[in-house]
Amino acid sequence: MKALVWHGKEDIRCDTVTDPEIQDPRDAIVKVTSCAICGSDLHLFHNFIPGMLPGDIMGHETMGEVVEVGSGVNGKLKKGDRIVVPFTIICGECDQCRRGNFSVCETTNRKRHLADKVFGHTTAGLFGYTHLTGGYPGGQAEYLRVPFANATHIKVPAGIPDEQLLFLSDIFPTGWQAAVQCDIEPTDTVAIWGCGPVGQMAIRSAILLGANQVIAIDCLPERLSMAEAGGATTIDFETESVVERLQELTDGKGPEKCIDCVGMESHVMPSLPDTLLDRAKQMVMAESDRPHVLREMIYVCRPGGIISVAGVYSGLSDMLPMGAFMNKGLTMRTGQTHVNRWTDDLLRRIEEGEIDPSFVITHTVPLSEGPEMYQVFRDKRDSCVKVVLKP
Amino acid sequence: MFHFSNIVRTKGDPKIVEGGPSLKQPADQLARALGWFSIGLGVFELFAPRRVTETLGMEGHETLVRAFGVREILTGIMSLSVEKNAGLWARVGGDGLDAAALLSGLTADNPKKGNIALALLTVGGIAALDYRTAQDTRPQRPPRDARRKLYPRRSGFPKGIESVRTAARQIAALARPNEMKQGDARGVP
Repeated sequence: MKALVWHGKEDIRCDTVTDPEIQDPRDAIVKVTSCAICGSDLHLFHNFIPGMLPGDIMGHETMGEVVEVGSGVNGKLKKGDRIVVPFTIICGECDQCRRGNFSVCETTNRKRHLADKVFGHTTAGLFGYTHLTGGYPGGQAEYLRVPFANATHIKVPAGIPDEQLLFLSDIFPTGWQAAVQCDIEPTDTVAIWGCGPVGQMAIRSAILLGANQVIAIDCLPERLSMAEAGGATTIDFETESVVERLQELTDGKGPEKCIDCVGMESHVMPSLPDTLLDRAKQMVMAESDRPHVLREMIYVCRPGGIISVAGVYSGLSDMLPMGAFMNKGLTMRTGQTHVNRWTDDLLRRIEEGEIDPSFVITHTVPLSEGPEMYQVFRDKRDSCVKVVLKP
Repeated sequence: MFHFSNIVRTKGDPKIVEGGPSLKQPADQLARALGWFSIGLGVFELFAPRRVTETLGMEGHETLVRAFGVREILTGIMSLSVEKNAGLWARVGGDGLDAAALLSGLTADNPKKGNIALALLTVGGIAALDYRTAQDTRPQRPPRDARRKLYPRRSGFPKGIESVRTAARQIAALARPNEMKQGDARGVP
């Protein structure tokens, strides 16, 4: 089969690889009908997250049709079922899964000894996302093996196009969880850093959850226009001071809720010296993340407010203003997305026409064009916001 | 490399049968080679500056050579990073500094001026390579003032934003009396 394979920093190729096989009775094999490139795939593309090996298949936003099931799948899936594959692999049975904390499932990381050492405790296995999270082959391929398929799936109805359902695998629940974690109240101003695909979903989620005002921060006109279309007031951080504009828009009080949809590769600008220092340290491996957005959020957030982190961080972040964080009584909520916790609600909202997540797609191309699309998406060429690949 | 990786890969996972075309261009490979060359030269200058100054007849300038070594290491690391283009331009600048330092040693009384001339020739060749590679690896990000598509009609709300806001307000209004009751019970105003 064809698959997008990681060969090293900035080198993804469309290779021919062997087809996936049932390895465990709880496995299923899915024929991929649509998959997508996620912003967090770019961290792997740049090799900022350790644990990728040449030959690893990329991708964690996938959906398709079940073509084979193992003997232990217990009738929950059958050939022909149409499913979205959540990016977190879950067993559905461990303590964490029973609590709904699916992204920290205790069972599914088959290389948990690595995660135990790096994080202190293991987290769930993830598709196409380093050997720290299991080294599972990803879904930017013609076929995907879904381990723990009993629980690791979202059955979706026929009649709704892939484009509306695909993002149930990651960016839609990720944006939703980021907003839910803010405990949004009707009087709240929610400031969202980053208007990439997750940021766009977070904006819509904050609106759906009844925020009084949503402020979106980015520097790309195409993303800002999309954010505005979704109901946000926008700030272009390359031409305006984020701190001053947020003060103006909140009568000097600061937003009650702040959402980070940027993560470890925040924009580097000479006018923001901390970003230059972070980039230099990241280059010599003295720091793994560029946490400018976290610093800014802690600074501007209203005392007693909530900071929700959806952007991906990989390791060590320097110079976080803990004094401000503690003295202002802020709360920080984080986490990879507990995808299946939100599935029923979000699928219902799509079915009822409350939201159509396909608004974010700007490019749809065959899988074979995937490697070039990584570059287009990375360079923000052709006003690219979200890429869907068709195997 | 993936043959080695396959040793630690779980048995049964897909393996590469036939590789597709690489995204890497020759300029990327050259940038990588220049990066490693820079680091190697930098380490040598940092730890064996006397060997350099003796060869060039410029004894007494060891500190300058060490500083140039640090610069070579830093620009080498940059050339190997995602910011390779910036690293290569920094190398072009560094080549200028190298040439200036060498020219200062090209005096009539220097018995090793032949070596300096050779070094200048080498620096010139490397500078040309650095410059060409920097040109070829220029980022393809569109300039700030480039024409871009805008998406002012992509709300994502098929029924409109106002409908969503109204529904959210109604849900909040329904939830509020319950919350107030809970607040009263805790003595919260």
